[in-house]
Amino acid sequence: MNYFIFILKSAVFDFSRNKGRTFLTSLGILIGVFAVVLLVALGLGLKKYIDQQFQSLGSNLIMVMPGNVVSNGSFSGSAPIGISFDNKDVATLKRVPNVDAVLPFYVKFLTASANGNSKSLEMLGSTADVVTAMNLEIEYGEPFTKADFERGAKRVIIGPNVADKLYGSSPNAVGQPIKLSDQAYTVVGVTKSKGGGGIGGSSIDDRVFTSYTAMYSLNPGKKFYAIYLTVNSQDNLTQVKTDSRTALLKRYKPDDFSVVEASEFLSAINSIFGIINSILVAIAAISLLVGGIGIMNIMYVTVTERIREIGIRRAVGATRSDILTQFLVESVILSVFGGLAGLILAFLATLAVQSAFPAYIDTQSVALALGVSSAIGIIFGVLPARRAANLSPIEAIRYE
Amino acid sequence: MIALTNVSKTYTIDSDQKFTALRDVSLTIGDGQFCAITGPSGSGKSTLMHIIGLLDLPTAGKVIIENTDASRLSDSRLSRLRNEHIGFVFQQFNLLPKLSVLENILLPSVYARHKLTYDPVKKAHYLLERFGIAEKAHSFPNKLSGGQQQRVAIARALIMEPKLVLADEPTGNLDTATGDEIMKLLAELNKEEKITIIIVTHEHDIAKKTKRIIKIKDGMIEK
Ligand SMILES: Nc1ncnc2c1ncn2[C@@H]1O[C@H](COP(=O)(O)OP(=O)(O)OP(=O)(O)O)[C@@H](O)[C@H]1O
Ligand SMILES: [Mg+2]
Repeated sequence: MNYFIFILKSAVFDFSRNKGRTFLTSLGILIGVFAVVLLVALGLGLKKYIDQQFQSLGSNLIMVMPGNVVSNGSFSGSAPIGISFDNKDVATLKRVPNVDAVLPFYVKFLTASANGNSKSLEMLGSTADVVTAMNLEIEYGEPFTKADFERGAKRVIIGPNVADKLYGSSPNAVGQPIKLSDQAYTVVGVTKSKGGGGIGGSSIDDRVFTSYTAMYSLNPGKKFYAIYLTVNSQDNLTQVKTDSRTALLKRYKPDDFSVVEASEFLSAINSIFGIINSILVAIAAISLLVGGIGIMNIMYVTVTERIREIGIRRAVGATRSDILTQFLVESVILSVFGGLAGLILAFLATLAVQSAFPAYIDTQSVALALGVSSAIGIIFGVLPARRAANLSPIEAIRYE
Repeated sequence: MIALTNVSKTYTIDSDQKFTALRDVSLTIGDGQFCAITGPSGSGKSTLMHIIGLLDLPTAGKVIIENTDASRLSDSRLSRLRNEHIGFVFQQFNLLPKLSVLENILLPSVYARHKLTYDPVKKAHYLLERFGIAEKAHSFPNKLSGGQQQRVAIARALIMEPKLVLADEPTGNLDTATGDEIMKLLAELNKEEKITIIIVTHEHDIAKKTKRIIKIKDGMIEK
């Protein structure tokens, strides 16, 4: 009946008598669980963030990027650096059949200011097609036009977060001047909030869009970091990819650039994160292993210290399995205590980094942390507990 | 009834050295008896008591208790028999220091395999009352005198209402007056509750207070 209460009580008593030792023993598990949960949270948060970014892109989109980003659908070692594109490439790609629009991208991180407010953000220069290609909706004002583009008019569309920060609200922003770096522009439209993300400063809602021609003053080399193509139909995606590649190969070496679909890029990024995350988690798991060994060690000490008690319990009727259960419960409590503390710390840490990084703890990590720490308690507790259970009652009771 | 037939216990000290602590012991102790096992130090008294109490198994011979041969039973059956039928009292009291007096008394009931027909907590309070230490229920063993600790140990031995109580030198750590009180208490339990009581002692004065004395020397029963 009150069997478990008795067992728990003896465990808790033992721990409270050896507070320092209990804490130090749990520390290994604490650090392990903290590291694993936090790393998983960071990885998950980053993945969620990137997913959101890509979901905001329209379909039928092909990206031409420098470097060999993706090969055969998986990540290849070389980083996306090296060449950058120029207007010649834009012209080349425009000649590829079935391409609706060609969007070169120039990106600059800079400070926007208006009304005495300022905000650091990401400014994208592309074409008027960026609105449809990136699934943007203009909530207030209007998009910049092809005419604006041709004139290189210094007109921008801003995200709602930028509008809120600089003008107090989205409707207020339309028609207002905005200073980007040291250049003066005018706000012509505000996009509808896409929500999500919002952390780390480069969500769609935090961006400023303009025509790439309007950014030439910030981009004197007239270079582009990427070129996006919209294709007239989903069915032509593969063909357009092949054709664009062939066209660019006249100028660049095969490894200098990549032509990928958004979904391919996403799966490549996901697999990179998968690999990085599992490596980090494996390293963190080593500290769980060390923590488990610490628990095993202390459980052996506990068993030795309590041989007499074991003898007494056996004399009054405890079976081997009763003793086994008692010590297993103790080691599980010890390890789950460490696990819980690690989880709480990881939770606090994710809250703390939340403003700078979209860390995210899901229920699965919580379940995993508690599951793993219970499992460690059982796995590393079983040998000491078996030693306790297999003591002969007589030798135990005679033990000095 | 407890019946031992040709029981021997040999300890293996190392590969070629053996020590026989009990040699061909045959013994019957009927229900409700009050007896003492006496003999010089090292004669095998405790060894015999442990075998009767199912804490240890003989190397040869049979131990019949509750009409079953104990040497053929599994650990869990032996534990259950100890739990339900046998109460132990030791010279060093052997209370658990981290449990209160009440919890120490209740310890055997924690391992009960069946639902008790009575409330063990009530029974524990009754025993404490009867032994004159009711106010110590929530104290811890180290706050009690030797005599009081031994009463707690006896209460623990009785909580499961056993048929047999085994006491190894129950007065060994007590002064004569306190020892006599403990003996009186055991005699009373034997008389009023018909519990079989076996006391191991090397003191003749203590043995004399029982109704039957079993003498043992060099692992053999003296006639
Ligand atoms: N585990 C063991 N291994 C080897 N020898 C043992 C073991 N246990 C007991 N003995 C030996 O068996 C003999 C009987 O021991 P036992 O404890 O039964 O004596 P006793 O009559 O109770 O003595 P005392 O009055 O001193 O308690 C002793 O000589 C002891 O050394
Ligand atoms: Mg002895």
